Amino acid sequence: MDGFRIPIGEWADTAIRWLKDNLDSFLDAVGFVLRWLVETLSDELIAVPALLLIAILAALGWFVRSWRFGIGSALGLLLILGMDQWEPALQTLSLVLIAAVIAVVIAIPIGILAAKNATVSVIVRPVLDFMQTMPSFVYLIPTVLFFSIGFAPGVVSTIIFALPPGIRLTELGIRGVDPEKVEAGQAFGATPGQVLRGIQLPLAGPTIMAGINQVIMLALSMAVVAGIAGANGSGKEVVAAISTLNIAQGVEAGLSIVVLAIYLDRLTSALGAPADYRHSLRSVIRRRRAAASAA
Amino acid sequence: MSTAQSRHAYGNAKRAPSPGSATCDTYDVHARLVGPDRNPKAPRPRGSQEPVTDTALRADGLYKVFGRNPHDAVRRLRAGTPRDELDGATAAVIDASFEVRRGEIFVVMGLSGSGKSTLIRTLNGLQPATEGTITIHGEQLTGATAARVREIRRERISMVFQHFALLPHRTVVDNVAYPLELRGVPRAERLAKAGEILALVGLDRWADVPPSALSGGMQQRVGIARALAADTDILLMDEAFSALDPLIRREMQEQLLELQESLQKTIVFITHDLNEAMFLGDRIAVMRDGRIVQIGTPEDILTDPANDYVEQFVQDVDRARVLTASNVMERPRLTVAEGAGPRTALRTMRDGYSSAAYVVGRDRRLVGIVRDRDAMKLVRSGESSLAGIVRPVPQSVSVDDVLMDLFVPAVESPLPLAVTDDQGRLVGVIPRVTLLAALGPGTTATAELTLPLPPVATGEIDRLLAESEAVGAADAADPEEVR
Repeated sequence: MDGFRIPIGEWADTAIRWLKDNLDSFLDAVGFVLRWLVETLSDELIAVPALLLIAILAALGWFVRSWRFGIGSALGLLLILGMDQWEPALQTLSLVLIAAVIAVVIAIPIGILAAKNATVSVIVRPVLDFMQTMPSFVYLIPTVLFFSIGFAPGVVSTIIFALPPGIRLTELGIRGVDPEKVEAGQAFGATPGQVLRGIQLPLAGPTIMAGINQVIMLALSMAVVAGIAGANGSGKEVVAAISTLNIAQGVEAGLSIVVLAIYLDRLTSALGAPADYRHSLRSVIRRRRAAASAA
Repeated sequence: MSTAQSRHAYGNAKRAPSPGSATCDTYDVHARLVGPDRNPKAPRPRGSQEPVTDTALRADGLYKVFGRNPHDAVRRLRAGTPRDELDGATAAVIDASFEVRRGEIFVVMGLSGSGKSTLIRTLNGLQPATEGTITIHGEQLTGATAARVREIRRERISMVFQHFALLPHRTVVDNVAYPLELRGVPRAERLAKAGEILALVGLDRWADVPPSALSGGMQQRVGIARALAADTDILLMDEAFSALDPLIRREMQEQLLELQESLQKTIVFITHDLNEAMFLGDRIAVMRDGRIVQIGTPEDILTDPANDYVEQFVQDVDRARVLTASNVMERPRLTVAEGAGPRTALRTMRDGYSSAAYVVGRDRRLVGIVRDRDAMKLVRSGESSLAGIVRPVPQSVSVDDVLMDLFVPAVESPLPLAVTDDQGRLVGVIPRVTLLAALGPGTTATAELTLPLPPVATGEIDRLLAESEAVGAADAADPEEVR
């Protein structure tokens, strides 16, 4: 075995460097746009008075889930404010939201394609396995090389890491739609687009929303990793706390990530299944309206 | 919700057509089914090439094979390879040819796995046929572009599904309006039309609820309403009532026939339930292992099964609810012309060993009956016209009445039951023994029967009577008992 070695690492290195050399201006543009998006969003959020923003987020929680959840989120967000973690938390939130939106925009069309086409499905599946099992830190190396440090590599590695559940659950959701209902659309002469928009996507909605929920949770779990790449936010606070063994800072930053995670998870899971939350503000309003129109 | 539903279901059952006898008020639909253009005794030979102008849908040499190399599998099937020796390919439909006439209910019946569901899906192209052609109103569906196939589906041929296939995120009325939406009908117009159709199936009160709030039978009525809203002249119904429980199923079958009476759609109905097939079908195609083994009217299938398989299948059918008077009636022998004299009448009755006979007018119109005692009185008094003694016919039935409806009249009738056509002409009679025998299995059921012990010859009786003059002619026979 002496001297035998498969130089995959070198090949990857060559490939990445080739991409960097040949797509430099494109990568610069992408990096600029991503950084601009995240920075703008976080600046805007930070510009809003903290208590007002907390009230808005709590009201949103009440609207889609329940008044109890609204109060809980207000308390949690006040805790972040009280720990003086408000600004990094909003930066993390911005990064997660931008990355999640981009991931969803990429994931849903690929998921639809995979559901409709067996070949696409067969190709996509191992790629997703690869993306999910590769240690997330590894993504930082090429992305930092491409975009240098800051928000951009954080966003890109987050997108790559968070993409798979979005694709998988979209495909699963569409494949899981009762074939007779799809046939019903076809039998009345619906085009494939009409079947997709009018039957498959609405019926796959809860599953796709579960996918989006997973995308957001994975994106949040990448917050710390993004911090290593130099993205501002709670992740960076955690990284700093590790390097200085600052327990107080680590606990506070970690707690604020937990609060954000719980808030986003409960909020998006309620979004996907409105019927399960009868005491949410929107259900109450809808029932009142229905009762008013029936009377 | 549930009380409202049951109340509704009850109301609907009351509305179901049920004139006729009280003993079996649900089975007189057969008579309504038989339109003037129905010709029950003319089964078309399979694959017949004669042009038929009123054909709505036609399949010629249809094959549907799943799996690898379907065309190769078709070639081997044509060469005579049995279906289960095609490796790697599954033949769901093999060489199916039939025509569905405008306005008829064509039932495809077979057990699960016989290929009937695949067959119906090839008819609107949901499953493209492997080989063979499908023609809808003269236009070939097979080979048409995808866009044209969609147009044909929007305008010509709609479908009702086994598990209703309603869209849960739309209200009932929006579900019904769905085909119109696909056609680009403006919202207000399509909702108005959908509302009308919902009223037709008795669900207008439920327009604004989601389908999940309805019972199974009501959901399927929404499914039917949706297919009707599409306003196509051909309706495909895939096991449409199989998912419903038996009582609701019967109610739905009746409602379908009721609707069909006014709408006159061309319906292809798939079922595994032979009784349902017999009840609904103008004609029935029996499928087995992908092949159509027989096409015919319910009576054909029942009385003249093409092979052992069909025969076994129809063993369990309630013949009394399928066979009609015309299937079992015999030629009327005991008839007297209205103009004939009492002597002729008496002779006819004597020859037929009967105490009474039917009197027919011109065109064999049934006028009444005469009794032998009355005729004898006339002969004695030298009267030459029967007019004075013709009594009204106590019981007569129509040719289209099912056997189920004949029992009570047959018991009450002193003569073999008179069968009349729609112009009141006497076309046949049904003796009670014939009625009984028709319920048994076997093809002999409709053949004319002879009694095991014929009565003693009349001449012998005459001689005996002449010898014992003193006893008196009036006691010769008890006229109340016939046959």
